[in-house]
Amino acid sequence: MSQFNAFVQKEFYHIFRDKRTLLIILGMPIVQMLLFGFAMNMEVTHIRTAVFDPSPDQSTTQITRRIEANPYFDVVGQVHSEEEVNNLMRQGAIDLAVIYESGFHRNIVHSGEAQIQFIADASDPNRGTVATNYVTGILAGYQQEMMQLQTIPFHINPETRMLYNPQMESAYLFVPGIMGLILMIICTMMTSVSIVREQEQGTMEVLLASPLKPVTVLMAKTIPYTVLSAINVASILLLSFFVLNVPIRGNFLLLLFVCLLYILLSLTLGLLISTLVKKQLDAVLVSGIGLMMPTLVLSGMIFPIGNMPLVLQWSSYFVPARWFITAVRKIMIEGQGIMTVLPEIGILLGMTVFLAVLSILNTKKRLA
Amino acid sequence: MNVIEVSELTKKFGSFTAVDHISFDVKEGEIFGFLGANGAGKTTAIQMLCGISNPTSGKGTVAGYDIFKENEQIKHNIGYMSQKFSLYEDLKVWENIRLFAGIYGMNDKEIKENTRRLLKQLDFESERDTMVASLPLGWKQKLAFSIAIFHTPKIVFLDEPTGGVDPTARRQFWEMILDAAYKGITVFVTTHYMDEAEYCDRVSIMVDGRIDALDTPHNLKQQSQAQNMDEVFRKLARKAKRIN
Amino acid sequence: MKTLKFLIEKEFKQILRSKMVMGLILLFPVMTMWIFPWAIDYEVKDIRVNVVDESQGTYSQRLIQKIDASKYFRINATLPDYTTAYRGIETADCDIILQIPPAFDRDLIKTRSSSVMLSANAVDGTRGMLANNYLMQVVNDFSSELRAGQVAALALFPQASLPVIHIQSRYKFNERLEYKYYMIPAFMVILLTLICGILPAINIVGEKEQGTIQQINVTPVQKFSFILAKLIPYWIIGIIVETIAIICTWSIYGMVPQGNILLVYLLSFVYIVSISGLGIVVSNYSETTQQASFLIMFFILIIYLLSGMFTPVSSMPYWAQIIAYCNPLTYFVQVLRLLYLNGSRFADIAQSTGIILIFGIILNLWAVISYKKRT
Repeated sequence: MSQFNAFVQKEFYHIFRDKRTLLIILGMPIVQMLLFGFAMNMEVTHIRTAVFDPSPDQSTTQITRRIEANPYFDVVGQVHSEEEVNNLMRQGAIDLAVIYESGFHRNIVHSGEAQIQFIADASDPNRGTVATNYVTGILAGYQQEMMQLQTIPFHINPETRMLYNPQMESAYLFVPGIMGLILMIICTMMTSVSIVREQEQGTMEVLLASPLKPVTVLMAKTIPYTVLSAINVASILLLSFFVLNVPIRGNFLLLLFVCLLYILLSLTLGLLISTLVKKQLDAVLVSGIGLMMPTLVLSGMIFPIGNMPLVLQWSSYFVPARWFITAVRKIMIEGQGIMTVLPEIGILLGMTVFLAVLSILNTKKRLA
Repeated sequence: MNVIEVSELTKKFGSFTAVDHISFDVKEGEIFGFLGANGAGKTTAIQMLCGISNPTSGKGTVAGYDIFKENEQIKHNIGYMSQKFSLYEDLKVWENIRLFAGIYGMNDKEIKENTRRLLKQLDFESERDTMVASLPLGWKQKLAFSIAIFHTPKIVFLDEPTGGVDPTARRQFWEMILDAAYKGITVFVTTHYMDEAEYCDRVSIMVDGRIDALDTPHNLKQQSQAQNMDEVFRKLARKAKRIN
Repeated sequence: MKTLKFLIEKEFKQILRSKMVMGLILLFPVMTMWIFPWAIDYEVKDIRVNVVDESQGTYSQRLIQKIDASKYFRINATLPDYTTAYRGIETADCDIILQIPPAFDRDLIKTRSSSVMLSANAVDGTRGMLANNYLMQVVNDFSSELRAGQVAALALFPQASLPVIHIQSRYKFNERLEYKYYMIPAFMVILLTLICGILPAINIVGEKEQGTIQQINVTPVQKFSFILAKLIPYWIIGIIVETIAIICTWSIYGMVPQGNILLVYLLSFVYIVSISGLGIVVSNYSETTQQASFLIMFFILIIYLLSGMFTPVSSMPYWAQIIAYCNPLTYFVQVLRLLYLNGSRFADIAQSTGIILIFGIILNLWAVISYKKRT
């Protein structure tokens, strides 16, 4: 036992001696949480709008003024032809064009109908449709006021309530995902690169040849990184709660448990990677690129899993971050209890055990 | 003619003085042994002479060029073999030779011809296409040395070139060094194997960053009343404070 | 300059011999372009609605039928009260709850107005919002239908007092509103950033760890040649990866740049030069592969997430926008999208290309300067 302790102590010593790496490992998550938590925002604002009004009159100027007054819109100027609109769109200079027909107000008064065109840059369809929806809403408001004197029959007013996230804070959406991404990358790279380094330098062989069992060696290597990762979990959660104002509505200990389970999984994955590659470069490529892509795309942190083709939905079952993010969302934002996250915990646990067994088998194979 | 002249050369890392005001000269064509225990400061000194480490203070010239201001010119005239026999493990034998030969200015024809001659000399023709990673340590050593003198430099610096190989291999290696010296290349070699000092024309012994002795092996043995260089060293090292 | 030839030769030999790197260059782009874009679908469909109909009258039934008939919605369950319906949200069985109050039908007939309550699961931000917006539209359409029916039946209201503004909405550059097309250029960008950022970053620091860098530093090789020889292979690799990505995009999705393809290459090349410069800078400042890998991943994540690729720059707080505008990727992704979707011409993209070029020059100069042959 004391052999084990001495070993673990030596591992800690190695890590703390390399101050620069330590700074990066502990500082990275903090900087990134702050950056992404504040900066990632799906809200559609600053809709740059151009107006083409061939015959300005009281209606058109009224409507345009309302658009200008709306905080989501930036009316950048008047244009004088549809060709100008096309040019501006092609340059990416405007997001929306409002085109009134000629004689707008006259048409309303005389025939009760008028035409207006909204042309939106839909290369980002989200932005395009939301911009169109907003400006349609502004127009509807104008129509409403025009008809103020009459009571409108069959007026059904839909009231809305956004559950769990009434202010539509983007941080709620992204923070669990960012946590999952950052922790996964840091943990797997930490273990895989450092172990492969020792393999390259030959010191790993010395350890494995010692009387300590391979399991013990691997465990001892992982412990200091577990401690560092736990520190990272703590800083991430503290930042999320106090600075990014993401609530922790559920049980904090449960949340902590899920996080720790996830980092254990990631560290073990790093372990497995180290048994499969021989060069540090390869370890970086597998952990950095190989893991990051599926985690970014298939974990549900940015793109909704429910909309993916079935094949990809099934693939996302194999992405640990998917389960982590689901559990964290349930606990942090929905405030649900342990019963609802039991499946996620089970799967994460199962994955960890599977990866650990595989790592040990591979290590034993190498020694044989 | 001195090819290396060093005066009060010092290197400090923060408060730690790795090389402490050393002074010595190396004559053209001689085999100069730079001895000392591990951690005595030998590698740091050699790095300054090769122009890859900035001295903290002192003066020095190598091949007539100042080590402070003309360190890049020095490099045209020297060869170097590091402790790790740094060859590219993922390149073949002939590819390593080609790379460094090309860097020192040989053209394709010269490289081809000289490579063929070298491989024949070393009896290494069958290993021409072997990855350096698969070579046994002794062969890596010989290859690294051969590459270091491939361009016939004025001086070749060898940093612990015989680490980790058996005495027979070490002796074979020294035969190569003697051969190079015979051809007129000045050899500056560091080692912690005291028996190798016998091969040198003159040796210096570094202890704790300082040079505590500098003379021919014969004179040093006489002065210390020692049977061999090992004894000479042990008597000096007793005063050493730095243990690595 | 002759030494450049030998150095580049060496770099290429090493790259070609690394199975992992070759797989990365040749297979990874294919896999990425083939698989991942299919995951991107923000289209709102199959929204499950839990209905709480406390009115149970003709109008409420008609509303529910209308929702069910919509291609966006699916009535998941009709439940007696809100609490039961809410459980559907908790278990992720339903996305939005429609609550029709008991006085709904009565109020519509008597006072002509009523209200309904929509409760959307906004954990997943956008989906909830979109579900809510679409359901609102259905409710509004329902109101209009009722009104139109009334007018036709009773011919009560003279047209002039019910002015109607017809709205025509057009969506440019992406008529089918497929998010995929918007994101595919982004994936090309992701590929290039990863490959041309990480590989150079690990390169020099790898030689430091192996000790071969010392062997190079004692030679008369010039810094400039050495660094250039490190960069050029990755520039070439970048172009190869870009070509593979373009071919995949065309053959799998039928997507071709609306703009000139040479402009795409020009733009990509300038970006590759920038990002590989950054990689070398990171490598110069690192002593171990671990440090370099963490540093470059740190920068890459920031470069990705603060670039407008996933979330728009204009929605970011002011300080984040400054960072975004110091990020070559922001310009790259913006312009690549313009080239692919909007069919922009050179004049349109010249400024952004120039900015990326300036970044490239600065980063590469820094790469050469920060490399020390003598410590």
